Parts: sequence; C-alpha cells; structure tokens
Amino acid sequence: MDSQITLSVNGTSRSLTVDSRTTLLDALRERLGVTEVKKGCDHGQCGSCTVLLDGRRELACLALAVARDGVEVVTADGLAHDGLHAVQQAFLDHDGYQCGYCTPGQVCSAVGMLEEVKDGHPSHVTTDLEADVELTDDEVRERMSGNLCRCGAYAGILAAVRQAAGA
Amino acid sequence: MRALDYLRPESPAAAVAALVSNPNAKYLGGGTNLVDHLKLGIVSPDELVDISRLPLDDIQEYDDGGGPGLRVGANVRNSDLAAHPVVRSSFPLVARALLSGASGQIRNQATTAGNLLQRTRCVYFQDATTPCNKRVPGSGCSAREGYGRYNAILGASDACVATHPSDLAVALAALDATVVLLGPDGERRLPLAELHRLPGDLPNLDTTLGRSELITGIEIPFSPVAALSTYRKVRDRASYAFALVSVAAAVHLEHGAVRDVRIAWGGVAHKPWRAERAERALVGQQLEPDVIGAAVEEELENAASGDENAYKVTLVRNTTVHTLLQLAEGHR
Repeated sequence: MDSQITLSVNGTSRSLTVDSRTTLLDALRERLGVTEVKKGCDHGQCGSCTVLLDGRRELACLALAVARDGVEVVTADGLAHDGLHAVQQAFLDHDGYQCGYCTPGQVCSAVGMLEEVKDGHPSHVTTDLEADVELTDDEVRERMSGNLCRCGAYAGILAAVRQAAGA
Repeated sequence: MRALDYLRPESPAAAVAALVSNPNAKYLGGGTNLVDHLKLGIVSPDELVDISRLPLDDIQEYDDGGGPGLRVGANVRNSDLAAHPVVRSSFPLVARALLSGASGQIRNQATTAGNLLQRTRCVYFQDATTPCNKRVPGSGCSAREGYGRYNAILGASDACVATHPSDLAVALAALDATVVLLGPDGERRLPLAELHRLPGDLPNLDTTLGRSELITGIEIPFSPVAALSTYRKVRDRASYAFALVSVAAAVHLEHGAVRDVRIAWGGVAHKPWRAERAERALVGQQLEPDVIGAAVEEELENAASGDENAYKVTLVRNTTVHTLLQLAEGHR
C-alpha cells in the first residue's frame, strides 16, 4: 500500500509516496538522498541511524516512514548553523571517530542525550533518582551505550561529549 | 516483507474494530520490536493498525474506590515514564527497570504497552530458519537441545524454554499493577500478574489477551512498600543488553522486621515471576543473608535447569539476597 507523506528534513519540507513497509531510514537514504543517516545493523542494535525526531533522538531503522508522516527530522548535517554545532566541533577536537561511519549517529545521539540531561532525566547509573544529574564519565558511557563504534574510538567520543556538555 | 495495509484509526474503539474485522492485522505502537520482526520474517501481518497517535499518553494520579495510584497511558514513552517525578519518588523500581532496558534512543520510541508486549529474545525465536514452537507451533524447540544459556529455569514446558524480556513487566508484577484493556465488548481490568502466561502446550501465546484487545493503560497502586524498592539486572555487559536474571524488590520494614515485601524475577521464566513463596517466608523476619537465602531457596524448589543455564539458579538467589540487603540499608 502506498501513502503520501511529508517530512521536514533539516528544515526543508519533503513530500513523497512510500510503501507501508518503508522504514524512515530507507525513505531518507534511498528516496530523499539524505545519506548522512547511516545504515549499520538495520535492527536497532548499533545506533548508526540515530536522528532527532521532533527534537528527540530515535532510531530511523525501527520507524516506519508512513507512521512518521509530518515529523521534523534533524540529521547530523542539519545541526550545523553558521559553523559547526558544538558537539560536531568537539568530535573534531577529540578525534571522536576513526572511519567516521558511526559519527553522524553518535553526534545526533549526543545532542539528544544532552537535552535529556538538561531536562533532568536520570539514567541507569544515576545513584539518586531524585537529585540533579551530574554528567560523570559513567553517565556519558551509559547514556551513549546505544551507539556502537566498530573502530573503538570511545575514549575520544567520551572526551568530545564531556567538552560539548561544558564539563 | 509481506505487503502491508496501513490504518491510522481515530479512536481506541476504531482500532479494536479494525482488528476485529481483519484477523491478520496487528497493532503498531512505537514499533521497536514489531518493525524488527517484520524485517526478520517472524510475523507477517497484512495490515498495521497504528495506535501511536491515539491520545493514550497521559500520566495521572487517580483515587477511586480501590485506593490511590498512578494511571499511565499505553503510549507513554519508556523514557518519559522513567523520568516522571512521581515514578522516581514513589516507584523507584519502575524507573530503575525502565532505565536498565534498551538504549536512550529506543526508550524514546518504545511505549508502555509495547514494552509489556515485546516478545522473547530467545535466539531461535528470532531466527526464522530454525524450528521454534513459539514462532511456528508444532515445529519443535531448538533451544532445548541447542544453545541453552538464556533458557528459563521456572515454569518451562517441553514445548518452550523461552524467557520474557521485559524489565518493566517484572517491576509492575511486584507492585500488583493492573492492565486496562479495551476489547469488542468494552473495557476490562486485568491484574498484570495474569497478563503473561506460562508456555505449556501453547507457547505461541505470550499473553492471555483476546486477539483484538488493546492495552489502553496501566494502573500502579501507591503503597508504602513501593517507596523502598529497586530493580537489579544482571547481564553480560554493563549496558544495553537483556537480563540473564533480574530482581525487582520492595520492602516495608517495621522495627527492623519485614512487614511487607515484594520480589519478582526476570530472565527466569516465560512470564515475570512473582516469588510469592519467598515473600511469605520473609514476612516478620529480619533481613539477614541466611534468612533471605532460605526463603529464596523455597521459591526455587521446583527450578529446573541444564548444564548451560544452571548458573541462573545461583545467580537469581544471590542477586535477590544482595538486593534485599541493599534495600534494608536504604539504597534504592
């Protein structure tokens, strides 16, 4: 079954017809040419396809495009305005990558995660569920655990996220 | 993937009607489990009824004839439920259970009802090339003679040794939560402990729900025991993995003795396992390691394991002892 949908992609409205089986990831990459959103495992296990949907980090591979009609998508490319986003710059400053394939997902995940911290969301490693969140190394590791880096650039990623958080 | 019709109903009743009229339709919530299963060929509906935009996303306190509690809409995201101030203060085990599951991204997508209805991560269930009675009734159980490390130790059957993967369900089982359901004949309430079932001869059925019944919300009663509660999950890595075993525990102490205690286990059975025998054995007792251990061993009397999952018996015993001792010291 085909459906007409409209997505806002990095601020630009894009209309297209999708089969119900099309994931948001495939709609972005294969239909709209938004190739900075990466397909890693395609099963919600690696985090490469992380994008911001209506401001929150989600996995595009587990979302059906038809079900997300009308959503605002922000990808790693869409984060830069008048120069790099602070998270992007921090990944450069700290070599938060090697091959770079997971990087767009890492960057979007970090941006979404820092918003969650600002909103006071606790994590699995938060000792006191009712206290303000203190973004320690363990907190960053836990909150970024949905993004795998096959090159193992985790030390740089941790440093980059700490810098971007202003820690 | 089989071709799919897509329907976005205007109301919960319209969603139920859609499933009544098409026996091959399925509800689509956050999609984190179902979309993956469509890709893997584990399920092949011909229509998705998208309930994700129905107005079932409130978290509200209620106080009716049965006492006060917190009502959580079926579409409330796992991350929003875990971050809710009342959940963090009154039901810490619920927050901890949710936060121990999946990743930040998936918790932003996955819904409350979907979490409860997610399906086993048994490796054979998820591999459509292997026999599995849960996926294809009558085809056999690959896990019984195969890789057995994740297999259930309680309540399994010849047909199925899978475990239920939800952390949230384990926490809610400990709290006597209720599931609110809408079916063709109207609304009904079901104790969460009766939502999931043991496999028996019908492991293809995860729950006791009617085929078109829709979870519209859950109700968690406030209770003194819930305030001092936690969830401890043991897994192969520190984050983003399913439980080998998990323990939801809550305790209400009076003069150092147990007045009320709740224990539920994950990773050990086809459903969240409420350890009621252990609970009964602990009421009135001091929380000492030997006392807790003996109570847990009563609960585990009928545990059955093979070489590869025998560790779970010891692990769930020791994790329960440790978790209750931590609670007695005030760590939640």
